[in-house]
Amino acid sequence: MPAAVRVEELSYIYNQGMPDETVALDRVSFEIEEGAFVGVIGSTGCGKSTLISHFNGINRPTSGKVYIGGEDLWADPSDIRRFRFQVGLVFQYPEYQLFEETVYKDIAFGPGNMGLAREEIDARVRRAAAFCGIEEAWLARSPFELSGGQKRRVAIAGVLAMEPKLLVLDEPAAGLDPEGRDTILGQIKEYHRQTGATTVLVSHSMEDIAKYADRVLVLSGGRVAMYDDTDKVFARAPELLELGLSVPEVTKIFLRLREMGLDIDTDVYTVKYAVKTILAARAGKGGGAPC
Amino acid sequence: MLRDITIGQHFPGNSLLHRMDPRVKLVLTVAYIVMLFVGSNPAGLAISIVFLTALYLTAKIPLKMVARSVKPILPIILFTAVLNLFFMTGTSEPLLAWWIFKIYREGVYYAIVMAVRIICLIAGTSLLTYTTSPIVLTDAIEQLLKPLARLHLPVHELAMMMTIALRFIPTLIEETDKIMNAQKARGAQLDSGKLSQRVRALIPVLIPLFISAFRRADELAMAMECRCYHGGEGRTRLKQLRLHASDIVLAAAAALVFAAIGMSNLFFERIG
Repeated sequence: MPAAVRVEELSYIYNQGMPDETVALDRVSFEIEEGAFVGVIGSTGCGKSTLISHFNGINRPTSGKVYIGGEDLWADPSDIRRFRFQVGLVFQYPEYQLFEETVYKDIAFGPGNMGLAREEIDARVRRAAAFCGIEEAWLARSPFELSGGQKRRVAIAGVLAMEPKLLVLDEPAAGLDPEGRDTILGQIKEYHRQTGATTVLVSHSMEDIAKYADRVLVLSGGRVAMYDDTDKVFARAPELLELGLSVPEVTKIFLRLREMGLDIDTDVYTVKYAVKTILAARAGKGGGAPC
Repeated sequence: MLRDITIGQHFPGNSLLHRMDPRVKLVLTVAYIVMLFVGSNPAGLAISIVFLTALYLTAKIPLKMVARSVKPILPIILFTAVLNLFFMTGTSEPLLAWWIFKIYREGVYYAIVMAVRIICLIAGTSLLTYTTSPIVLTDAIEQLLKPLARLHLPVHELAMMMTIALRFIPTLIEETDKIMNAQKARGAQLDSGKLSQRVRALIPVLIPLFISAFRRADELAMAMECRCYHGGEGRTRLKQLRLHASDIVLAAAAALVFAAIGMSNLFFERIG
């Protein structure tokens, strides 16, 4: 089976040949397997957003190739719209793209562009709305009457309604309160679990990445710094810190404990696993370690 | 792409032109435009081009930037040139005659002159914005228009509106870009289809854009209010505009060049 996304030697240069020319991506290569949940991290300006907008042809590579499901994205530029329906891209602060009179119509915009039958559109809108926790009563209201968090959910539902095979989200939880954050990310994970859609999540929160992603892609200065399973990436904490990134708080605690001379593993990145490790360590030493 | 629009773009630097008093720059730019139309002979235009090139070199702005600012209006230049080429009638024999089209020597000259003029005009005014930040520029406009305040013209308010408008052009362009991308990601067809379809396709871009512009205006008004903005009365400036010796020297040099352009009319045959 071909990889969901394959990026080969991808480079992207803004304002090429001008005095303000900037290399945003520098010969990036990697593969995302079908059905994976990949987290993308990197400090501000490292090329995360530029990279993901190559997945559905919003940006055209300066050089290199992007394959979606084994097909070259730019083989036929006039056919690029086909990929836009396969790859659902949720940009940062997506609530600013709402424009229709009602929530229902706005969610139906994507499926409508796909040229689906009316019943199919209706079914998809309701399914996506339910997924994002949008109540039936909201559907007839104007999206501009909703609160910020509610608008965000409507915007994400608008992309989910296209039922993409590959879902890409750029900081979907930015600016939300902790509860809204957990709700939205939880729903995305649920969508991933139920549909098996390959999911790419860009985030600044190491906790979120640790909690949801199976694999992590670390970008730095337009290049791939690391790309590995989540635990293996967070086990390289010193390197991450050097790149101006962080590790989950709980990992920091374990690193410190090890520094203090405790013999424990440091590939711990969720609280759940942390509890297990501590208990195991205590059992192993007969409760000797003062925790 | 929208990003390629360079009108009102500023390139920070520390050249002689960057440091020049913006009022002098503004007046000289206006004078330069006038001279472009006064000096309607090959020598006059040649001086105009050389003068402008020298200024670009002084400002250390790559000449490539001229190409970038002229590019969007290339159709207008070509249109004007072609129009002049065919519609100017001359006294001499036509150079080319085919069916109802006759091309005279005057037509060729005039087409070239018009194209050169428009390019110089765009390049000259671009140089002003390249070397002057919008804020400083509106400051200069406000100062130059100050005498009109006596006639109860709201000079300060107009200048403030212009400052805000200029300040938000890049922001709104970036915003438009983002919204267009977001709607394209949902399958909106923005760059293909019939005219009526394309106009309809703009709705999903324009509505969010207007809403965000209003939101920004609201936030800006609030921020200004919080800092006790109350109009121009009694307002002092952090950076006072002062004429320096170098400004006077440059202005004098420019005046000489302009005089030369004017004089060239006496010695060369005028075209158009």
